[in-house]
Amino acid sequence: MILAKVVGTVVCSSRNDSMNGARYLLVEKSNQHGERKGDYLVALDVLGAGHDELVMVTEGSPSRETPLTTNKPVDALIVGIVDKIDENEQVTYMK
Amino acid sequence: MVLARVVGTVVSSHKSQKIEGIKFLLLDKIDPVSMKGKGDFVVSMDSVGAGPGDIVFYVSGSSARNTDVTEGKPSDSAVIAIVDHIEKDGAFTYQKNR
Repeated sequence: MILAKVVGTVVCSSRNDSMNGARYLLVEKSNQHGERKGDYLVALDVLGAGHDELVMVTEGSPSRETPLTTNKPVDALIVGIVDKIDENEQVTYMK
Repeated sequence: MVLARVVGTVVSSHKSQKIEGIKFLLLDKIDPVSMKGKGDFVVSMDSVGAGPGDIVFYVSGSSARNTDVTEGKPSDSAVIAIVDHIEKDGAFTYQKNR
């Protein structure tokens, strides 16, 4: 998975994913400190991730391995909201 | 999914038989803050009726075959949505027809 910050939303009325109730969030790739890296993608959110939260994003076909996304055209899915990260016994990120 | 602007279409009469009747769009990946094209182009199969000038996003890899249009086709890129607006940090960076 990659780490990314939720920075916004992408709204589209005409879509061909047949997934109601799923939101598209604008996420910005970030490091383990939660610092944004200026590289954006659109990720499907089914967890209700909030603005500026650090999340884990699964890319590619594994993003179809959830009940809602089975056989759906999705290749970036938020699979977790991060509470804490530590590296070399040092906390690098705390929600 | 990756955001892009539809900058044109690609027409091919001599092609793999399975992909007849599918529209190919020329996409330029964009930075969602500046809305500028990155000059990084891809040809993507249209599954949602997008046209030149539209801001869209597309799926890549095997997920591109999970639309009714591209099912069972040799497709690794499919446009699945036309974007109405993009909001970042509370402000719109893009609004259709604005």
